[in-house]
Amino acid sequence: MKGSSKNGVLLLLIPAVVFIFLLFVYPFCYGLYTSLTKADGTFTFANYIRFFTTPREIRTIWVTLGIAVPVTLLAVGLAVPLSYYMRRGIKGEKIISFFLIVPVTLGTVLVSEGMLTFMGPNGWLNQLLMALHLVQKPVQFTHNYAGVAISVGLQGFPYAFLMLLGYVSGINPDLEKASQMLGANKWQTFWKILFPLMVPGIAISFCLNFVMAFSVYPSAVLLGQPSGPQRVIALAAYQMAFEKFNFNAASAISMIMAAIELVVIAVVLAWRNKMYKGASIVGKG
Amino acid sequence: MEKKKLKMSSVLFAIVIAVYVAIVLGIILTVVLNSLSKGWYSGVLPKTITTEWYKYAASDHVIPQLIWVTFLVAIADVLVGLLIAFPAAYALARTDFKGKAILLSLFLLPMIVPPMAYGIPLAMLCYKFHLAGQIIGTIVVNLVPIVPFMILVLMPFIEQVGTNLESAAKMLGAKRMTIFRKVLIPLTTPGILTAGILSLVKSISLFDLTYLIAGGKNQTIVVALFSDAYAAGARPPQAVDALAVIYFLIAMTSLLISLRFVSPTQMVFKLK
Amino acid sequence: MKDFKRISVRRMSKRFGEKTAVDDFSIEFGKEEFVTFLGPSGCGKSTALNCITGLIPITSGEIFIDDECIDDSKTSVPPEKREFGMVFQNYALFPHLTVKENIAFGLKLRKLPRSEVDKRVGDALKMVHLEGYASKFPSQMSGGEQQRVAIARCIVLEPRLLLLDEPLSNLDAKLRVELRYELKALHERLKVTTIYVTHDQTEALALSDRIVVLKLGKIQQIGSPQVIFSDPANPFVADFVGYKNAWKGKIESLKEEGSSLSVKVRTAGILIESRVSYSEGDPRRKDLVEAFKTGKSVTTAIRPEDIVSGSQPGCNVFRCVADLVEYQGHANQISACIQGCEDERVDLRSVSQVGFGQFFEASVDPSKVLLFALPQTAQANSKGKAT
Repeated sequence: MKGSSKNGVLLLLIPAVVFIFLLFVYPFCYGLYTSLTKADGTFTFANYIRFFTTPREIRTIWVTLGIAVPVTLLAVGLAVPLSYYMRRGIKGEKIISFFLIVPVTLGTVLVSEGMLTFMGPNGWLNQLLMALHLVQKPVQFTHNYAGVAISVGLQGFPYAFLMLLGYVSGINPDLEKASQMLGANKWQTFWKILFPLMVPGIAISFCLNFVMAFSVYPSAVLLGQPSGPQRVIALAAYQMAFEKFNFNAASAISMIMAAIELVVIAVVLAWRNKMYKGASIVGKG
Repeated sequence: MEKKKLKMSSVLFAIVIAVYVAIVLGIILTVVLNSLSKGWYSGVLPKTITTEWYKYAASDHVIPQLIWVTFLVAIADVLVGLLIAFPAAYALARTDFKGKAILLSLFLLPMIVPPMAYGIPLAMLCYKFHLAGQIIGTIVVNLVPIVPFMILVLMPFIEQVGTNLESAAKMLGAKRMTIFRKVLIPLTTPGILTAGILSLVKSISLFDLTYLIAGGKNQTIVVALFSDAYAAGARPPQAVDALAVIYFLIAMTSLLISLRFVSPTQMVFKLK
Repeated sequence: MKDFKRISVRRMSKRFGEKTAVDDFSIEFGKEEFVTFLGPSGCGKSTALNCITGLIPITSGEIFIDDECIDDSKTSVPPEKREFGMVFQNYALFPHLTVKENIAFGLKLRKLPRSEVDKRVGDALKMVHLEGYASKFPSQMSGGEQQRVAIARCIVLEPRLLLLDEPLSNLDAKLRVELRYELKALHERLKVTTIYVTHDQTEALALSDRIVVLKLGKIQQIGSPQVIFSDPANPFVADFVGYKNAWKGKIESLKEEGSSLSVKVRTAGILIESRVSYSEGDPRRKDLVEAFKTGKSVTTAIRPEDIVSGSQPGCNVFRCVADLVEYQGHANQISACIQGCEDERVDLRSVSQVGFGQFFEASVDPSKVLLFALPQTAQANSKGKAT
C-alpha cells in the first residue's frame, strides 16, 4: 500500500483507538492511580499494604488460585482429548458440539440455581447415586468448593473446547499418516506429533479460561461459602467498593488481580515457547 | 489386528459426552421444572405444576421492561460496536505498520484483563459523568469487551476477501466509498453477521460491568437475575428460577439463530 | 518380517458409500520392482496406494506378502506394523522437529542406540545431498529440500516397500526433473520395491519397471513402459500416453495377414488404412473383426508426431486446413481439420511452416495408425472421443 492511501486506511483506526483509550486505558490508569492514593488524593501504598497485611484478604489470592488453576487445568485437560477425538468429524458432530456449547447460554445464575436443586441433597443426582448404591448419604455438591468448581468449569469448558477443536482440525492430517507409516501407534502419534502442535492452542485456551475462572464472582457467592472458604478475590474487591465504599482499596485489589493474571499468563506463554520451537507452518500442506 | 471392534476410545468418549450432557440437561430441567412447580422438596418429580411463579416474576419485575432493556443494550452495543470495530479490523487486516503488534495487543487487552481491573474505575468515571444508572451508561460500558471480540472475529473474514477485488473495482473507476459499500461490505457480510450475532449472544450474558453501572429501571435480565438470587430468602427460589428460565430461553434463541449462520467450529478465533 | 519375494494384491476394492473408488484391483509384483499407478485425477490411484499401506481399510479383496495375508478386509495388519515407507505429496514433515529429528523419528521409535541413530541419519542425509541441514526446520527449507528430507526419513528405516504419492507434483518443473533423476538413482542404488503414483506419463515412463493405468477405479492396462507407450490396450490409455487424432468411423475392409490386420476405415470423410499387429488371442483383434462383421464403430489413435506434412509414399495422404499453429521451439504444434470434414480435428507436429487457414497435405504410415473397437456405450456418441 502506498503513501497517502495507506494513511487514509490508518485513519479508520481512529474510532477504535479513541474508544480503547477512553474506555479502557484511561479507566485502567485511573484505577491504577486510585489504587495508589488515599481518598483525599495523596499518594500512598496504603491500599496495597492493607491488602497484604490482612490475612483474610491475602487468603483470597490462594482461594481464588485454588479454584482457578485446577478448574482450568481440568477444563482444558478435558477439551484436549475431546477435540482430538472429534478432529476429523464424527457422527452427530453438530448435535454433540451444540450440547457441549450450551452452557454458554445458561448464564451463571441459571447454572447456580440449577446446581442447587439438581445437585442438592434432595436433587436428582443424589437420588440417582443413592439408588445405584454408589453412596450411602447424599454427597455435598453445593455450598462448597465442589459447587463453585463445577459451575466455573462447566461455563469455561465450551470456550476451551471450541478453541481447541478449531485448532486441532487445522493440523495437517498427513502428519498423522506419516507418523503411522514410520511405525508410531496412535498413542505415540498423539504425544510426539499432535500434542506439541496443539501447544499454542492449549496455551491460549488456558490463558483465556484462567482469566475467566480467576474473576469468578457470582458462582462463588451462590454456590460456595463466600464469607469463608470460598471468599474469592473478586468478592473482596466488590465488598471494598460497594459495602465499604473504599474505592481506593477496591482499585488496589483489582490491580493485584490483574497483576496475578499477567504473571500466570507469562508463565504459560513461557512454557509454550519452550515447548514449541520451530514450527510456524501448521496448516494444511 | 484391529478392524471392526468397538474401540475403547469410542466407549470412553460416549461416556464422557453422556455424563456431560446429563449434567447440563439435569441442570436445565430442574430449573425449568422448579419454575413450574409447587412444593417440590423431595422425590423425583414435583407434586403440582403451576405457572404462578412466572406470574410472580412478572409482577415482581416488569418483565417486558427487562427484556426491552436487555435487547436494547445488546443491539445498540452490536451496532455501535460494528461501527467502531469494522473500520479498525479493515485497517488491521490490510495494512502493516510499525507498532501494529502493539496496537493489536492493546485492542485485545480488554479480553484478557479482568473486568474488575478496569470496571470499577470505569464505573467511577461513569458516575462522575452522570452516565451511571442510565441505559447509555450500560451500552457504553459493555462496548469494552465487545469491540475487541468483534475485531478479532472480523479480521480473518476481511483477510479472506482478497485485495485484488478492491483493486479491480478501482480499475473500473470506483471511488473508495463506493468500493466500501458495493464490494467490501457485501463480501464481508458473513463476517459481519458472525461478529454481530456472536456479540449479541455474548452481550446478553455480560454481567460484571452492567452490574457495576445499572440501577433500578435499567437493569438487564442477567443483572436482575443475580440480584434476585443473591437476595435469596427475600424471594421464593422458584420465582428466581422462573426468571432464569426466561433468560435462558432468550439466550438459547439467540444461540440457535446464530448457529444457523455459523457452525460451532467457525466460532473459534485463532490468536497467533 | 523382513525380506519378501512377492507382493500380491487380489481383487481389491474400496467403496465409499455408493461410490466405488477402486474396483477389482489385482496385481502381483516382486522384490526390487518399480511399479507406477498412472491415471488422471479421481482415477483411484491414490486410494489404491493408501489401501495397500493400510491407512484406508479395504472393502473387499486381499493383500498378501508372500504367504502372509496382511489384509483380507475383515482383519488387517495396522500400517505402523507393516514396515512400509511413504512419501506424501505435501511432504508431511513434522514442523516442530528439525531435519535430523524428523529423519530419526522412526529410528527412535525402534529404540535403536543413539550412535546407530546418528550414523544412519548422517548416511541418509548424505544420500539425499542434504549434509549440513540437520539442524534446520522444515519451514526454513524449499519444497525440493523438504521432499528430500521426506525421502530420507523413509529410507533410513530400510522399508520393505516404498510408496510415493505424487511426490513431485508440488514442485516446479525444473525441480521435478532433478528430483526424478535422484529418485531413479536412489532406486538403482537401494533396490527398494517401490509403488509410485502419478498423473504424469513422463514420470511413469522414465521411472517404472511396470505401469498400471487406471481409470475410474478400474485397471485399464498393466505393462512395461515400452508396451504402454507403443501398444496401448484401449483408447483411454492411448489418449493418456499421447495418442491424439481419435477419429470415429466404420470398417470398410479387413484383411488378416498372419499376426497383423490390414484395415480400411471410413472416417472423417476419408479412407484411412491401418496396419496393427494384434496377435490371434488378443481381444483387440477379436473386437475389430467383430466390429467389421457387425458394422460397429471403431476409433483411430495416432500420435501427432507420426503425422507428417507433405505427401509420403506408402502412407495415407489427406488434405487439411490449418486452424491453429503453435510454435514449440523444436517443431510447430498444428491443429487442423480434414478438408471437407469439420467434425474431427487433426493434431500433428511439423517443422514446416504452415500458416493459419492454409491448405496442406499430411501423411501417416498405416502402421502408426492404431485402431480400437468402441465399447457398447460409445456407439451412440456422435462425437468421436472414446469413453
